[in-house]
Amino acid sequence: MTSNTGTNMIEVKGLRVVAGAAPDPVVEIVKGVDFTVKKGEVLALIGESGSGKTTIALALLGHARGGCSIAGGSVKIGDTDVLSLDAKGRRALRSRTVAYVAQSASAGFNPARTIMDQVTEPALLHKLMTPAVAREKAISLFRSLALPNPETIGDRYPHQVSGGQLQRLMAAMALITDPAVVVFDEPTTALDVTTQIEVLAAFKGVVRELGTTAVYVSHDLAVVAQMADRIVVLNGGRVRENGATAQVLDAPADEYTRQLLAATRRPEVERATPDDARKVPLLEIRNLSAGYGRIDANGVPAVRVLDDVSLKIARGSTLGVIGESGSGKTTLARVIAGLVDRAHGDVLLDGESLPAKLSERTLDQYRRVQIVFQNADTALNPSRTIADILARPMNFYHGLRGAAAQKRMLELLDLVKLPASIAKRQPGGLSGGQKQRVNLARALAANPELILCDEVTSALDTVVGAAILDLLAELRRELNVSYMFISHDISTVRAICDEVIVLYAGQCVEAGQRDALSHPPYHPYTGLLVDSVPALRPGWLDSRRAMALGALPALGPESDAPELCSFRSRCAARIDGKCNVTPPAKKTLPSGAHILCHHSADDLARMQSMETVTA
Amino acid sequence: MNRNVTSHATTVLYDQPPADAPQEQAPVVVRRGLMSRLVNRFSVLGLIGLFIVVFWLVIAFVGPVVAPYKGGAFTSTEVFGSYSAAHLLGTDYLGRDMLSRILYGTQYTVGLALAATVAASVIGTFFGLVAAVSGRWVDEVLSRLFDALISIPSKILALVVIAAFGSSIPMLMMVAALAYIPGAFRISRSLAVNIMTLEYVQVAKARGEKLFYIARVEVLPNMIHPMLADFGLRFVFIVLLLSGLSFLGLGVQPPNADWGSLVRENIGGLAEGAPAVLMPAVAIATLTVGVNLLIDSLRRHGARSHGGGQ
Repeated sequence: MTSNTGTNMIEVKGLRVVAGAAPDPVVEIVKGVDFTVKKGEVLALIGESGSGKTTIALALLGHARGGCSIAGGSVKIGDTDVLSLDAKGRRALRSRTVAYVAQSASAGFNPARTIMDQVTEPALLHKLMTPAVAREKAISLFRSLALPNPETIGDRYPHQVSGGQLQRLMAAMALITDPAVVVFDEPTTALDVTTQIEVLAAFKGVVRELGTTAVYVSHDLAVVAQMADRIVVLNGGRVRENGATAQVLDAPADEYTRQLLAATRRPEVERATPDDARKVPLLEIRNLSAGYGRIDANGVPAVRVLDDVSLKIARGSTLGVIGESGSGKTTLARVIAGLVDRAHGDVLLDGESLPAKLSERTLDQYRRVQIVFQNADTALNPSRTIADILARPMNFYHGLRGAAAQKRMLELLDLVKLPASIAKRQPGGLSGGQKQRVNLARALAANPELILCDEVTSALDTVVGAAILDLLAELRRELNVSYMFISHDISTVRAICDEVIVLYAGQCVEAGQRDALSHPPYHPYTGLLVDSVPALRPGWLDSRRAMALGALPALGPESDAPELCSFRSRCAARIDGKCNVTPPAKKTLPSGAHILCHHSADDLARMQSMETVTA
Repeated sequence: MNRNVTSHATTVLYDQPPADAPQEQAPVVVRRGLMSRLVNRFSVLGLIGLFIVVFWLVIAFVGPVVAPYKGGAFTSTEVFGSYSAAHLLGTDYLGRDMLSRILYGTQYTVGLALAATVAASVIGTFFGLVAAVSGRWVDEVLSRLFDALISIPSKILALVVIAAFGSSIPMLMMVAALAYIPGAFRISRSLAVNIMTLEYVQVAKARGEKLFYIARVEVLPNMIHPMLADFGLRFVFIVLLLSGLSFLGLGVQPPNADWGSLVRENIGGLAEGAPAVLMPAVAIATLTVGVNLLIDSLRRHGARSHGGGQ
């Protein structure tokens, strides 16, 4: 793939970037970084947030973010010394030599113009091609990036394509000028696992096809393992390790790299003893349906998000809820918390019905169910101190004030492993992981019995997320709380949950013990999710891609039966005449999991183990 | 009270010293001079704005005391007199001392505008919060009501009301406030609606908090910065509205005069460039510029602290 004899395309020497101007205190963000990238090579910059990876990536374009400046060192791309260029030279550099693919594609497109206009804009703006040639070029790029309908997708507007497609279109925009170097800045971080691998495969294909030199910024080692030839591990603005992908993954030389790898390969926690299976479950949901929009005569909302979901959570155990975005996971938590009305079904807390409307619940019911949101930034009131935030639920539920509240607050901070001095700060002065801990502490302040964790680790770095998961497991042992743990990440769910349900389009397609996820057979959708989690070894993506390229079996016209399998449009194992005609029946797999599928357990086991062998 | 002993048998409490250590540092921060904190908080332009605004506020209170002559006293035989030692800012069309006229007028312009702006912003913010926090119907009714009000041009509204009920200080204040309530309502409502969707408000709702608590603690403090900026803008608009009304002869009635009336009274001196017509205009200009500089720096400060929060 890459020739070791190639010349250096990128040469970074002693790069230093600082924040703040001279009279004020200056913080060094990047502290003397060196690396080189050969022509046609893919280099990954990996590290936690705050490690300076994006700052370095931007320095390759000769750009420093507002308030920062490049203080020293040199950046050479080809024969050009980027840092010595003037504004005009840098503009020319960015037009044809270096291109940038940002993390949020939806923020990178103008919703008022067609995709084709925007993809061809860099080429037209710098007068590199005629409009017709640029169009041709764009269409061939769309084809290389495996976008559907490459001829016509350019006529659509950004909101008419999916997030994963938009991310690929963003790459097309970057590649249209045939740049020598492309910088990918966490381009798949915001995507679902299933979408992520499509996008990764497209990126990998196009980079290989065009022989582009690429710098790939990410915090996810498994993703990087698929993309990169070399990995540079960063921490605190310094290079900790720089080596070939296989070496970094298999024989890491640096302590920090080992720590990163350990956080990625999480051991599974002990399962809670299923002691009181016969007792009343802490939370039981029966045939729950919910949604948004106008409610019709049958009491069914216009947009159905949850459809006939049933589940049980035993006291002291953890239920994992997995699904892609849009599968209704968050709505499920919000319905239980009373933030979204339900259309049908019952929610029972400890055997007693929990009213649908928040205003009809008792103080005790409020207290027993607490919710922790994904985004720690918006889940804490920025104008209050941590002490205020934690004091409120204590006062509200337990009437604690003064010294007693102070004592309890210190206890809580200790419980979530935060220093007591943090109590006087405001959320703005805390890191993401600290905020998430405060978030947890606020839920714990109520002495809840059930905590609804909505993607609590998704926005955090691997190492920080792993620490939060450990904390959750520890709290469960100490306080015997139950969790409903919502995530799109199978490995985190495996790490913490006793039981798992898999949601697809609001339907519970599989429900079972945690072990149901570890080996086939499982529901075809669960299988897709499991297979989409990047494995921590190079070459995984290529083998998987070869397998996934097969076309889906054809489906005939559909019957009007209302409860057809919702996954039939994406299922690789669908059966014409069954999946499109009759609703699937509930089956029990050998693992004890219940699934909704037409295939028998043996069929699924055969198909899925075959896939695993080829992979 | 006994809650805290129930569940965490294994928890080790922090010793007292770590909890107290930050407290000992706190007074040091407070003792830092007021002046240096102000300098840190505002930019140079913001400080200039602050200075001008404070200056005019002080004049509004002490103006009549420090004025060299009584407000309506005829002090000179010369009309439209120029700058002189006896009359620093010259004399007006009847030979009255211009400096004293302006000092006396300050309380009408600044006081009236301030009262009207406070009324408009407080009432608008209150209803905006109510609309955002309560259910759909309350929001719908309030919004349409204020939409109806906003569709009437403020100057026309003021002219009609004053023509119907006559001009008096309370009436002017009411009219100015009424004209600017819908704007404050719109802004506070849209800010509050955005904040209501944030997760900390959702958490408060799920905790079972009452609407009043959510509005007071979770929403209001987080919209106060933009509302202050809006307050400053609205203050300037109201100064201009009142000055405009006075210029038309519908504002503060003679022999009292606010700055707008002073410009109108002395408009005859415009041809000769008399200070009598220039100086009140300069006063209006400095006040509006000063307030704008101040709120601009407030707004930037707010934006920076928000950015830091993310």
